[in-house]
Amino acid sequence: MNLSPLHLCLLFSSALFCVGLIGALSRSNAILVLLGVELMLNAGNINLIAFWRYGPAPAEGTGILFVLFAIAIAAAEAAVGLALVIAVHRHQRNIRLQEANRLRG
Amino acid sequence: MSLAFLLIAFLTVATAAVAMALRNLIRSALLLVASWAGIAAFYLWAGAEFVAFAQVLVYVGAISMVVLFAVLLTRPSRDEAEVTPASAGRLLPALITGGAVLGVLVGAIVGSPLRTTAKPPPPVTVREIGLQLMGPHAAALVVVGALLTVALLGAVVIAATSRPADPGEPR
Repeated sequence: MNLSPLHLCLLFSSALFCVGLIGALSRSNAILVLLGVELMLNAGNINLIAFWRYGPAPAEGTGILFVLFAIAIAAAEAAVGLALVIAVHRHQRNIRLQEANRLRG
Repeated sequence: MSLAFLLIAFLTVATAAVAMALRNLIRSALLLVASWAGIAAFYLWAGAEFVAFAQVLVYVGAISMVVLFAVLLTRPSRDEAEVTPASAGRLLPALITGGAVLGVLVGAIVGSPLRTTAKPPPPVTVREIGLQLMGPHAAALVVVGALLTVALLGAVVIAATSRPADPGEPR
């Protein structure tokens, strides 16, 4: 079996994605779930950079621009998610997902 | 494949896995900062310097601070940041799902012949990135700016509204 560098990069991002997925599914703390989602987004960005670097037809910086936009979206997602966590904690004094089952204050 | 890549990949995945398994939330957040820095090192290794610096600025600098503030604001008592570990009822299905996804992904990646080029792409300078952002991608840049503004204002509104004295009247 002969694995190219692109294969190895994709395997790396798959491992990171699954770590994030397991964390997001198994932990009951809302902040850790958000961090798992962030890890999954980062794994997706690694794929984009890997294909930009090793792809058969590397266009002028397309992968880089794609990753920059994805990082911006991920930052917005993290800010809104953590604000929601703080709001839920303010209303219910708890951020365990099993007990945070209401969105109305 | 260089040894540097394997080292970066191993350290990144290992710190992420340990962070997801720890009980102490602050240690988890700090280990995830190390993991994000490892991803930035991967970008540097792959030749995408600008993305690496953006990763350091956004994740290692900004998101880690926001996460630490959220951890400190939501901990149950002043000197306690421990959370209950994942219960077996949640851990087992999560491990099964994650293992299945990993198996499918690894099988698909290993089994697919990917055409690669040996020569690295031409180095993309910051000037080229700026020209691309201001030229063909100007509309996307404006949309992302508007989205970030709306999302951050919304985050402030959500997080800053305290419990209303009487229902329906946010302060």
